[in-house]
Amino acid sequence: MALFDVIVSKAPWEIRGQFFGTGPKPLVDRTSHFTFGTKTQEFSVPPSAFLKSCSDDGGVSIDMNHGTTTLAFKFRHGVIVAVDSRASAGSYIDAKEFNKVIEINPYLLGTMSGSAADCQYWERLLAKECRLYKLRNKERISVSAASKLLSNMMCAYKGMGLSVGSMICGWDKKGPGLYYVDDDGTRMSGRMFSTGSGNSYAYGVVDSGYREDLTVEEAYELGRRGIAHATHRDSYSGGVVNLYHMQEDGWIKVCKEDVSELLHKYRKGMF
Amino acid sequence: MLSTPMFANGGRMKEYHHSGSTECRFSPYAYNGGTVLAVAGEDFAIVASDTRLSEGYSIHSRDSPKCYKLTDTTVLGCSGFHGDCLTLTKIIDARLKMYKHSNNKSMTSGAIAAMLSTILYGRRFFPYYVYNIIGGLDEEGRGAVYSFDPVGSYQRDSYKAGGSASAMLQPLLDNQIGFKNMENVQHLPLTLEKAMQLVKDVFISAAERDVYTGDALKLCIITKEGIKEEMVPLRKD
Repeated sequence: MALFDVIVSKAPWEIRGQFFGTGPKPLVDRTSHFTFGTKTQEFSVPPSAFLKSCSDDGGVSIDMNHGTTTLAFKFRHGVIVAVDSRASAGSYIDAKEFNKVIEINPYLLGTMSGSAADCQYWERLLAKECRLYKLRNKERISVSAASKLLSNMMCAYKGMGLSVGSMICGWDKKGPGLYYVDDDGTRMSGRMFSTGSGNSYAYGVVDSGYREDLTVEEAYELGRRGIAHATHRDSYSGGVVNLYHMQEDGWIKVCKEDVSELLHKYRKGMF
Repeated sequence: MLSTPMFANGGRMKEYHHSGSTECRFSPYAYNGGTVLAVAGEDFAIVASDTRLSEGYSIHSRDSPKCYKLTDTTVLGCSGFHGDCLTLTKIIDARLKMYKHSNNKSMTSGAIAAMLSTILYGRRFFPYYVYNIIGGLDEEGRGAVYSFDPVGSYQRDSYKAGGSASAMLQPLLDNQIGFKNMENVQHLPLTLEKAMQLVKDVFISAAERDVYTGDALKLCIITKEGIKEEMVPLRKD
Protein backbone atom coordinates (compact mmCIF):
# COMPACT_ATOMS: atom_id res chain seq x y z
CA MET A 1 0.00 0.00 0.00
CA ALA A 2 3.02 2.29 0.21
CA LEU A 3 2.76 3.19 -3.45
CA PHE A 4 -0.90 4.12 -3.00
CA ASP A 5 -0.03 6.47 -0.15
CA VAL A 6 2.54 8.19 -2.32
CA ILE A 7 0.17 8.62 -5.21
CA VAL A 8 -3.15 9.29 -3.55
CA SER A 9 -2.26 11.25 -0.42
CA LYS A 10 -3.19 14.36 -2.36
CA ALA A 11 -6.58 14.94 -3.96
CA PRO A 12 -6.44 14.66 -7.79
CA TRP A 13 -6.92 18.37 -8.40
CA GLU A 14 -3.93 19.15 -6.19
CA ILE A 15 -1.80 16.75 -8.17
CA ARG A 16 -3.03 18.40 -11.38
CA GLY A 17 -1.91 21.72 -9.95
CA GLN A 18 1.62 20.39 -9.69
CA PHE A 19 1.83 19.33 -13.31
CA PHE A 20 -0.34 21.85 -15.11
CA GLY A 21 -0.31 24.90 -12.86
CA THR A 22 -3.22 26.00 -10.67
CA GLY A 23 -6.52 26.51 -12.38
CA PRO A 24 -10.24 26.06 -11.79
CA LYS A 25 -11.22 22.82 -10.05
CA PRO A 26 -12.20 20.20 -12.59
CA LEU A 27 -15.58 18.46 -12.55
CA VAL A 28 -15.73 15.98 -9.68
CA ASP A 29 -16.55 12.48 -10.78
CA ARG A 30 -19.69 11.55 -8.91
CA THR A 31 -19.54 7.77 -9.31
CA SER A 32 -20.17 6.02 -6.05
CA HIS A 33 -18.28 2.78 -6.53
CA PHE A 34 -15.76 1.93 -3.83
CA THR A 35 -12.09 1.81 -4.63
CA PHE A 36 -10.38 0.07 -1.74
CA GLY A 37 -6.96 1.26 -0.82
CA THR A 38 -7.45 4.72 -2.28
CA LYS A 39 -8.46 7.56 -0.04
CA THR A 40 -10.63 9.44 -2.52
CA GLN A 41 -13.24 8.19 -4.93
CA GLU A 42 -11.69 9.76 -7.99
CA PHE A 43 -9.12 8.02 -10.14
CA SER A 44 -5.52 7.99 -8.93
CA VAL A 45 -3.55 10.01 -11.47
CA PRO A 46 0.12 9.52 -12.29
CA PRO A 47 1.36 11.22 -15.47
CA SER A 48 -0.13 9.78 -18.66
CA ALA A 49 3.35 8.97 -19.91
CA PHE A 50 3.48 6.18 -17.30
CA LEU A 51 1.15 3.88 -19.23
CA LYS A 52 3.09 4.44 -22.44
CA SER A 53 6.31 3.30 -20.76
CA CYS A 54 4.58 0.09 -19.67
CA SER A 55 4.23 -0.95 -23.29
CA ASP A 56 7.99 -0.97 -23.77
CA ASP A 57 9.16 -2.77 -20.61
CA GLY A 58 10.84 -6.08 -21.33
CA GLY A 59 8.25 -8.81 -20.82
CA VAL A 60 5.62 -6.45 -19.39
CA SER A 61 3.30 -5.14 -22.03
CA ILE A 62 -0.15 -3.82 -21.23
CA ASP A 63 -2.12 -3.87 -24.46
CA MET A 64 -5.64 -2.57 -24.40
CA ASN A 65 -8.40 -3.12 -26.93
CA HIS A 66 -8.29 -0.54 -29.78
CA GLY A 67 -8.91 0.09 -33.47
CA THR A 68 -12.23 0.38 -35.34
CA THR A 69 -14.32 1.73 -38.14
CA THR A 70 -17.69 3.28 -37.35
CA LEU A 71 -19.89 5.50 -39.45
CA ALA A 72 -23.24 7.28 -39.19
CA PHE A 73 -25.18 9.53 -41.53
CA LYS A 74 -28.50 11.37 -41.55
CA PHE A 75 -30.86 11.06 -44.50
CA ARG A 76 -34.52 11.65 -45.25
CA HIS A 77 -35.76 8.64 -43.29
CA GLY A 78 -33.63 8.98 -40.16
CA VAL A 79 -30.06 8.08 -39.20
CA ILE A 80 -28.06 5.02 -40.27
CA VAL A 81 -25.41 3.74 -37.86
CA ALA A 82 -22.93 1.07 -38.98
CA VAL A 83 -19.94 -0.32 -37.04
CA ASP A 84 -17.40 -3.12 -37.39
CA SER A 85 -16.73 -5.59 -34.55
CA ARG A 86 -13.00 -6.14 -34.15
CA ALA A 87 -11.28 -5.45 -30.82
CA SER A 88 -7.49 -5.62 -31.17
CA ALA A 89 -4.93 -5.59 -28.34
CA GLY A 90 -1.61 -4.69 -29.94
CA SER A 91 -1.47 -6.98 -32.95
CA TYR A 92 -3.66 -9.69 -31.38
CA ILE A 93 -7.35 -9.78 -32.25
CA ASP A 94 -8.86 -10.00 -28.82
CA ALA A 95 -12.49 -10.20 -29.90
CA LYS A 96 -14.01 -10.87 -33.31
CA GLU A 97 -17.55 -9.87 -32.41
CA PHE A 98 -17.27 -7.01 -30.00
CA ASN A 99 -20.36 -4.86 -29.57
CA LYS A 100 -19.43 -1.27 -30.43
CA VAL A 101 -22.90 0.25 -30.26
CA ILE A 102 -24.36 0.98 -26.84
CA GLU A 103 -28.15 1.12 -26.71
CA ILE A 104 -28.62 3.96 -24.23
CA ASN A 105 -32.43 3.94 -24.50
CA PRO A 106 -34.91 3.13 -27.29
CA TYR A 107 -34.28 6.59 -28.81
CA LEU A 108 -30.53 7.01 -28.28
CA LEU A 109 -27.52 5.10 -29.55
CA GLY A 110 -23.82 5.65 -28.84
CA THR A 111 -20.96 4.23 -30.92
CA MET A 112 -17.50 3.40 -29.64
CA SER A 113 -14.08 3.80 -31.20
CA GLY A 114 -10.63 4.17 -29.70
CA SER A 115 -10.04 2.43 -26.41
CA ALA A 116 -12.73 -0.17 -25.71
CA ALA A 117 -12.62 0.19 -21.92
CA ASP A 118 -12.84 4.01 -22.03
CA CYS A 119 -15.81 3.97 -24.41
CA GLN A 120 -17.64 1.20 -22.55
CA TYR A 121 -17.19 2.87 -19.18
CA TRP A 122 -18.07 6.46 -20.13
CA GLU A 123 -21.00 5.52 -22.35
CA ARG A 124 -22.47 3.29 -19.64
CA LEU A 125 -22.10 6.24 -17.30
CA LEU A 126 -23.85 8.41 -19.91
CA ALA A 127 -26.70 5.86 -20.05
CA LYS A 128 -27.05 6.16 -16.28
CA GLU A 129 -27.14 9.97 -16.47
CA CYS A 130 -29.75 9.87 -19.27
CA ARG A 131 -31.94 7.62 -17.13
CA LEU A 132 -31.58 9.93 -14.13
CA TYR A 133 -32.48 12.91 -16.36
CA LYS A 134 -35.66 11.16 -17.44
CA LEU A 135 -36.62 10.33 -13.87
CA ARG A 136 -35.98 13.88 -12.64
CA ASN A 137 -37.53 15.81 -15.54
CA LYS A 138 -40.28 13.39 -16.64
CA GLU A 139 -39.21 13.68 -20.27
CA ARG A 140 -36.55 12.06 -22.43
CA ILE A 141 -33.18 13.78 -22.73
CA SER A 142 -32.42 15.51 -26.03
CA VAL A 143 -29.56 14.26 -28.25
CA SER A 144 -27.84 17.62 -27.84
CA ALA A 145 -27.91 17.41 -24.04
CA ALA A 146 -26.79 13.78 -23.97
CA SER A 147 -23.80 14.51 -26.21
CA LYS A 148 -22.98 17.57 -24.07
CA LEU A 149 -22.94 15.38 -20.93
CA LEU A 150 -20.46 13.04 -22.58
CA SER A 151 -18.23 15.81 -23.89
CA ASN A 152 -18.12 17.43 -20.42
CA MET A 153 -16.97 14.11 -18.96
CA MET A 154 -14.25 14.00 -21.62
CA CYS A 155 -13.16 17.59 -20.92
CA ALA A 156 -12.73 16.78 -17.22
CA TYR A 157 -10.08 14.20 -18.12
CA LYS A 158 -8.54 16.08 -21.02
CA GLY A 159 -4.84 15.43 -21.51
CA MET A 160 -4.80 12.30 -19.34
CA GLY A 161 -4.65 9.80 -22.16
CA LEU A 162 -8.25 8.70 -22.62
CA SER A 163 -9.05 7.57 -26.14
CA VAL A 164 -12.72 7.98 -27.11
CA GLY A 165 -14.23 8.75 -30.53
CA SER A 166 -17.96 8.42 -30.23
CA MET A 167 -21.08 9.35 -32.14
CA ILE A 168 -24.31 10.00 -30.25
CA CYS A 169 -27.33 9.39 -32.51
CA GLY A 170 -30.96 9.80 -31.65
CA TRP A 171 -34.35 11.15 -32.47
CA ASP A 172 -35.82 13.87 -30.25
CA LYS A 173 -38.27 16.79 -30.52
CA LYS A 174 -36.02 18.52 -33.07
CA GLY A 175 -35.94 15.44 -35.32
CA PRO A 176 -32.98 13.15 -36.07
CA GLY A 177 -29.78 14.11 -34.26
CA LEU A 178 -26.14 13.12 -34.81
CA TYR A 179 -23.23 14.41 -32.74
CA TYR A 180 -19.54 13.49 -32.78
CA VAL A 181 -17.81 13.54 -29.37
CA ASP A 182 -14.08 13.18 -28.87
CA ASP A 183 -11.62 12.61 -26.00
CA ASP A 184 -10.13 16.08 -26.52
CA GLY A 185 -13.51 17.66 -25.85
CA THR A 186 -14.68 18.11 -29.46
CA ARG A 187 -18.44 18.05 -29.87
CA MET A 188 -19.87 18.63 -33.34
CA SER A 189 -23.28 18.23 -34.90
CA GLY A 190 -23.31 17.07 -38.52
CA ARG A 191 -24.91 15.08 -41.31
CA MET A 192 -22.27 12.41 -41.61
CA PHE A 193 -19.33 11.20 -39.54
CA SER A 194 -16.94 8.30 -39.56
CA THR A 195 -14.48 7.49 -36.77
CA GLY A 196 -11.70 5.05 -36.01
CA SER A 197 -8.58 3.80 -37.73
CA GLY A 198 -10.54 2.92 -40.88
CA ASN A 199 -12.52 6.15 -41.10
CA SER A 200 -10.84 7.53 -44.21
CA TYR A 201 -11.81 4.45 -46.23
CA ALA A 202 -15.40 4.65 -45.01
CA TYR A 203 -15.59 8.39 -45.84
CA GLY A 204 -14.53 7.65 -49.41
CA VAL A 205 -17.23 5.08 -49.94
CA VAL A 206 -20.07 6.93 -48.23
CA ASP A 207 -19.21 10.34 -49.74
CA SER A 208 -19.34 8.92 -53.25
CA GLY A 209 -22.65 7.11 -52.74
CA TYR A 210 -24.56 9.58 -50.58
CA ARG A 211 -27.70 11.44 -51.68
CA GLU A 212 -30.16 13.11 -49.34
CA ASP A 213 -33.09 11.25 -50.97
CA LEU A 214 -31.74 7.71 -50.56
CA THR A 215 -34.37 5.04 -50.04
CA VAL A 216 -34.16 3.02 -46.85
CA GLU A 217 -32.72 -0.06 -48.57
CA GLU A 218 -30.14 2.01 -50.47
CA ALA A 219 -29.06 3.66 -47.23
CA TYR A 220 -28.63 0.26 -45.52
CA GLU A 221 -26.49 -0.91 -48.44
CA LEU A 222 -24.39 2.26 -48.34
CA GLY A 223 -23.68 1.81 -44.62
CA ARG A 224 -22.78 -1.86 -45.11
CA ARG A 225 -20.46 -1.09 -48.01
CA GLY A 226 -18.71 1.70 -46.12
CA ILE A 227 -17.77 -0.63 -43.27
CA ALA A 228 -17.01 -3.63 -45.48
CA HIS A 229 -14.57 -1.74 -47.71
CA ALA A 230 -12.92 -0.09 -44.71
CA THR A 231 -12.34 -3.48 -43.05
CA HIS A 232 -10.80 -4.73 -46.29
CA ARG A 233 -8.09 -2.05 -46.19
CA ASP A 234 -7.67 -1.41 -42.47
CA SER A 235 -6.06 -4.28 -40.57
CA TYR A 236 -7.48 -3.11 -37.27
CA SER A 237 -11.09 -3.36 -38.45
CA GLY A 238 -13.00 -6.51 -39.28
CA GLY A 239 -15.50 -9.08 -38.04
CA VAL A 240 -19.14 -8.32 -38.73
CA VAL A 241 -21.08 -5.20 -39.70
CA ASN A 242 -23.67 -4.22 -37.09
CA LEU A 243 -26.23 -1.97 -38.76
CA TYR A 244 -28.83 0.15 -36.91
CA HIS A 245 -31.53 2.48 -38.25
CA MET A 246 -32.73 5.34 -36.05
CA GLN A 247 -36.35 6.07 -36.89
CA GLU A 248 -38.96 8.44 -35.47
CA ASP A 249 -40.34 5.81 -33.11
CA GLY A 250 -36.97 4.45 -32.00
CA TRP A 251 -34.03 2.51 -33.38
CA ILE A 252 -34.11 -0.93 -35.01
CA LYS A 253 -31.24 -3.31 -35.47
CA VAL A 254 -31.18 -4.03 -39.18
CA CYS A 255 -28.59 -6.74 -39.59
CA LYS A 256 -25.34 -8.33 -38.49
CA GLU A 257 -23.36 -9.58 -41.49
CA ASP A 258 -19.93 -11.12 -41.75
CA VAL A 259 -17.55 -8.85 -43.64
CA SER A 260 -15.88 -11.65 -45.62
CA GLU A 261 -19.22 -12.75 -47.00
CA LEU A 262 -20.12 -9.18 -47.96
CA LEU A 263 -16.80 -8.65 -49.73
CA HIS A 264 -17.23 -11.93 -51.56
CA LYS A 265 -20.60 -10.64 -52.80
CA TYR A 266 -19.05 -7.35 -53.98
CA ARG A 267 -16.16 -9.15 -55.66
CA LYS A 268 -17.14 -8.31 -59.19
CA GLY A 269 -16.00 -4.70 -58.73
CA MET A 270 -12.72 -5.67 -57.05
CA PHE A 271 -9.80 -7.83 -58.08
CA MET B 1 34.11 -17.07 -37.49
CA LEU B 2 36.18 -14.66 -39.54
CA SER B 3 34.45 -11.33 -40.10
CA THR B 4 35.79 -7.99 -41.21
CA PRO B 5 34.76 -5.95 -38.17
CA MET B 6 37.09 -8.01 -35.98
CA PHE B 7 40.07 -6.96 -38.05
CA ALA B 8 39.05 -3.38 -38.67
CA ASN B 9 40.87 -1.94 -35.64
CA GLY B 10 44.30 -2.74 -37.07
CA GLY B 11 44.15 -6.37 -35.96
CA ARG B 12 43.00 -5.71 -32.39
CA MET B 13 39.68 -7.17 -31.42
CA LYS B 14 36.83 -4.73 -30.96
CA GLU B 15 36.08 -4.15 -27.31
CA TYR B 16 32.54 -4.82 -26.33
CA HIS B 17 31.46 -2.72 -23.39
CA HIS B 18 28.79 -0.23 -22.61
CA SER B 19 29.98 3.35 -22.71
CA GLY B 20 28.02 6.07 -21.01
CA SER B 21 25.64 6.06 -18.05
CA THR B 22 22.98 3.43 -17.45
CA GLU B 23 19.47 4.24 -16.31
CA CYS B 24 17.54 1.72 -14.29
CA ARG B 25 13.92 2.46 -13.59
CA PHE B 26 11.81 0.84 -10.94
CA SER B 27 8.87 -0.92 -12.53
CA PRO B 28 5.84 -1.52 -10.37
CA TYR B 29 4.89 -4.49 -12.55
CA ALA B 30 6.33 -7.96 -13.12
CA TYR B 31 5.16 -10.67 -15.46
CA ASN B 32 4.39 -13.98 -13.76
CA GLY B 33 3.00 -15.88 -16.73
CA GLY B 34 0.26 -18.49 -16.71
CA THR B 35 -2.64 -19.33 -18.97
CA VAL B 36 -6.36 -19.33 -18.22
CA LEU B 37 -9.20 -20.79 -20.26
CA ALA B 38 -12.97 -20.78 -19.90
CA VAL B 39 -15.64 -22.61 -21.90
CA ALA B 40 -19.44 -22.28 -21.59
CA GLY B 41 -21.86 -25.04 -22.50
CA GLU B 42 -25.63 -25.36 -22.43
CA ASP B 43 -25.84 -26.00 -18.69
CA PHE B 44 -22.22 -25.97 -17.51
CA ALA B 45 -19.08 -23.87 -17.54
CA ILE B 46 -15.43 -24.90 -17.20
CA VAL B 47 -12.65 -22.62 -15.97
CA ALA B 48 -9.14 -24.05 -16.25
CA SER B 49 -5.68 -22.70 -15.53
CA ASP B 50 -2.16 -24.00 -15.30
CA THR B 51 -0.38 -23.83 -11.93
CA ARG B 52 3.06 -22.50 -12.82
CA LEU B 53 4.23 -19.19 -11.34
CA SER B 54 7.31 -17.85 -13.11
CA GLU B 55 9.36 -14.68 -13.37
CA GLY B 56 11.93 -14.21 -16.10
CA TYR B 57 13.85 -17.48 -16.38
CA SER B 58 12.88 -18.78 -12.91
CA ILE B 59 9.92 -20.69 -11.60
CA HIS B 60 8.68 -19.44 -8.24
CA SER B 61 6.12 -22.18 -7.72
CA ARG B 62 4.67 -25.22 -9.43
CA ASP B 63 1.49 -25.14 -7.37
CA SER B 64 -0.04 -21.72 -7.84
CA PRO B 65 -3.42 -22.14 -9.57
CA LYS B 66 -5.02 -19.11 -11.14
CA CYS B 67 -8.70 -20.03 -10.65
CA TYR B 68 -10.48 -18.36 -7.75
CA LYS B 69 -13.91 -19.46 -6.59
CA LEU B 70 -16.14 -16.39 -6.12
CA THR B 71 -19.62 -17.84 -5.52
CA ASP B 72 -21.31 -21.25 -5.93
CA THR B 73 -21.93 -20.44 -9.58
CA THR B 74 -18.92 -18.33 -10.57
CA VAL B 75 -15.18 -18.83 -10.88
CA LEU B 76 -12.62 -16.16 -11.83
CA GLY B 77 -9.41 -16.93 -13.66
CA CYS B 78 -6.71 -14.27 -13.60
CA SER B 79 -3.19 -14.27 -15.05
CA GLY B 80 -0.53 -11.61 -15.48
CA PHE B 81 1.08 -9.98 -12.49
CA HIS B 82 0.50 -12.19 -9.43
CA GLY B 83 0.57 -9.30 -6.95
CA ASP B 84 -2.30 -7.57 -8.74
CA CYS B 85 -4.21 -10.89 -9.05
CA LEU B 86 -4.09 -11.35 -5.27
CA THR B 87 -5.19 -7.79 -4.49
CA LEU B 88 -7.93 -7.86 -7.09
CA THR B 89 -9.40 -11.13 -5.77
CA LYS B 90 -9.30 -9.72 -2.21
CA ILE B 91 -11.23 -6.65 -3.34
CA ILE B 92 -13.77 -8.74 -5.26
CA ASP B 93 -14.33 -11.01 -2.24
CA ALA B 94 -14.96 -7.99 -0.03
CA ARG B 95 -17.38 -6.46 -2.54
CA LEU B 96 -19.24 -9.78 -2.84
CA LYS B 97 -19.65 -9.94 0.93
CA MET B 98 -20.92 -6.35 1.05
CA TYR B 99 -23.46 -7.09 -1.67
CA LYS B 100 -24.60 -10.23 0.16
CA HIS B 101 -25.10 -8.29 3.38
CA SER B 102 -26.96 -5.39 1.75
CA ASN B 103 -29.12 -7.34 -0.68
CA ASN B 104 -29.53 -10.70 1.07
CA LYS B 105 -28.55 -12.68 -2.02
CA SER B 106 -25.42 -13.72 -3.91
CA MET B 107 -24.24 -11.78 -6.92
CA THR B 108 -25.08 -13.29 -10.31
CA SER B 109 -22.32 -13.90 -12.88
CA GLY B 110 -23.46 -10.98 -15.03
CA ALA B 111 -23.46 -8.63 -12.05
CA ILE B 112 -19.98 -9.77 -10.99
CA ALA B 113 -18.75 -9.11 -14.53
CA ALA B 114 -20.18 -5.59 -14.58
CA MET B 115 -18.71 -4.89 -11.14
CA LEU B 116 -15.27 -6.18 -12.14
CA SER B 117 -15.36 -3.85 -15.15
CA THR B 118 -15.84 -0.80 -12.94
CA ILE B 119 -13.23 -2.00 -10.40
CA LEU B 120 -10.67 -2.37 -13.20
CA TYR B 121 -11.59 0.99 -14.76
CA GLY B 122 -11.20 2.70 -11.39
CA ARG B 123 -7.50 2.11 -11.91
CA ARG B 124 -7.53 3.36 -15.50
CA PHE B 125 -4.36 5.39 -15.04
CA PHE B 126 -2.40 2.78 -13.07
CA PRO B 127 -3.96 -0.47 -14.21
CA TYR B 128 -4.17 -3.84 -12.55
CA TYR B 129 -1.91 -5.87 -14.81
CA VAL B 130 -4.28 -8.82 -14.90
CA TYR B 131 -6.07 -10.61 -17.70
CA ASN B 132 -9.37 -11.82 -16.27
CA ILE B 133 -11.86 -14.41 -17.44
CA ILE B 134 -15.04 -15.17 -15.50
CA GLY B 135 -16.85 -18.47 -16.01
CA GLY B 136 -20.15 -19.41 -14.46
CA LEU B 137 -23.86 -20.00 -14.83
CA ASP B 138 -26.25 -17.16 -15.60
CA GLU B 139 -29.66 -16.67 -13.96
CA GLU B 140 -31.27 -19.15 -16.37
CA GLY B 141 -28.71 -21.84 -15.62
CA ARG B 142 -26.89 -21.53 -18.97
CA GLY B 143 -23.10 -21.39 -19.13
CA ALA B 144 -21.56 -17.91 -19.40
CA VAL B 145 -18.02 -16.70 -20.00
CA TYR B 146 -16.98 -13.05 -19.64
CA SER B 147 -13.53 -11.91 -20.79
CA PHE B 148 -11.81 -8.66 -19.80
CA ASP B 149 -8.86 -6.54 -20.82
CA PRO B 150 -6.63 -5.01 -18.10
CA VAL B 151 -8.67 -1.79 -17.91
CA GLY B 152 -12.15 -3.23 -17.79
CA SER B 153 -13.53 -3.59 -21.32
CA TYR B 154 -15.54 -6.80 -21.36
CA GLN B 155 -18.08 -8.86 -23.17
CA ARG B 156 -19.82 -12.19 -22.94
CA ASP B 157 -18.36 -15.06 -24.99
CA SER B 158 -18.90 -18.80 -25.23
CA TYR B 159 -15.18 -19.58 -24.92
CA LYS B 160 -12.00 -17.59 -24.30
CA ALA B 161 -8.32 -18.14 -23.59
CA GLY B 162 -6.22 -15.57 -21.74
CA GLY B 163 -2.66 -15.26 -20.51
CA SER B 164 0.69 -16.22 -21.99
CA ALA B 165 -0.46 -19.03 -24.33
CA SER B 166 -3.74 -17.33 -25.30
CA ALA B 167 -2.64 -16.63 -28.89
CA MET B 168 -1.91 -20.34 -29.33
CA LEU B 169 -5.10 -21.64 -27.72
CA GLN B 170 -7.70 -19.20 -29.03
CA PRO B 171 -7.41 -20.23 -32.72
CA LEU B 172 -7.67 -23.90 -31.72
CA LEU B 173 -10.83 -23.19 -29.73
CA ASP B 174 -12.24 -21.14 -32.64
CA ASN B 175 -11.84 -24.20 -34.80
CA GLN B 176 -13.06 -26.89 -32.39
CA ILE B 177 -15.85 -25.10 -30.55
CA GLY B 178 -16.74 -22.32 -33.00
CA PHE B 179 -16.37 -24.59 -36.08
CA LYS B 180 -14.51 -21.81 -37.86
CA ASN B 181 -12.57 -22.52 -41.06
CA MET B 182 -14.29 -25.86 -41.50
CA GLU B 183 -16.77 -26.70 -44.23
CA ASN B 184 -19.53 -29.31 -44.31
CA VAL B 185 -19.30 -30.00 -40.60
CA GLN B 186 -22.27 -30.63 -38.36
CA HIS B 187 -22.51 -28.03 -35.59
CA LEU B 188 -23.06 -30.30 -32.59
CA PRO B 189 -23.64 -28.65 -29.23
CA LEU B 190 -20.75 -29.02 -26.80
CA THR B 191 -21.18 -31.75 -24.15
CA LEU B 192 -19.44 -31.66 -20.77
CA GLU B 193 -17.29 -34.72 -21.53
CA LYS B 194 -16.13 -33.35 -24.89
CA ALA B 195 -15.40 -29.95 -23.36
CA MET B 196 -13.30 -31.48 -20.56
CA GLN B 197 -11.29 -33.60 -22.97
CA LEU B 198 -10.78 -30.59 -25.25
CA VAL B 199 -9.54 -28.41 -22.38
CA LYS B 200 -7.06 -31.07 -21.26
CA ASP B 201 -5.77 -31.61 -24.80
CA VAL B 202 -5.46 -27.91 -25.44
CA PHE B 203 -3.41 -27.29 -22.29
CA ILE B 204 -1.12 -30.22 -23.06
CA SER B 205 -0.40 -28.52 -26.41
CA ALA B 206 0.17 -25.16 -24.73
CA ALA B 207 2.65 -26.69 -22.27
CA GLU B 208 4.61 -28.11 -25.22
CA ARG B 209 5.26 -24.75 -26.82
CA ASP B 210 4.94 -22.05 -24.15
CA VAL B 211 7.63 -21.79 -21.48
CA TYR B 212 5.35 -20.05 -18.99
CA THR B 213 2.69 -22.79 -19.10
CA GLY B 214 3.10 -26.21 -17.51
CA ASP B 215 3.47 -28.21 -14.26
CA ALA B 216 -0.22 -28.97 -13.65
CA LEU B 217 -3.69 -28.08 -14.88
CA LYS B 218 -6.51 -27.22 -12.52
CA LEU B 219 -10.06 -27.54 -13.87
CA CYS B 220 -13.12 -26.09 -12.14
CA ILE B 221 -16.35 -27.52 -13.52
CA ILE B 222 -19.42 -25.45 -12.67
CA THR B 223 -22.84 -27.08 -12.93
CA LYS B 224 -26.08 -26.56 -11.06
CA GLU B 225 -24.88 -29.22 -8.60
CA GLY B 226 -21.95 -27.00 -7.61
CA ILE B 227 -18.26 -26.65 -8.41
CA LYS B 228 -16.04 -29.71 -8.91
CA GLU B 229 -12.25 -29.43 -9.07
CA GLU B 230 -9.82 -31.68 -10.91
CA MET B 231 -6.00 -31.62 -11.17
CA VAL B 232 -4.18 -33.03 -14.21
CA PRO B 233 -0.36 -33.17 -14.45
CA LEU B 234 1.39 -31.35 -17.32
CA ARG B 235 4.98 -31.16 -18.53
CA LYS B 236 7.32 -29.93 -15.80
CA ASP B 237 10.17 -28.80 -18.04
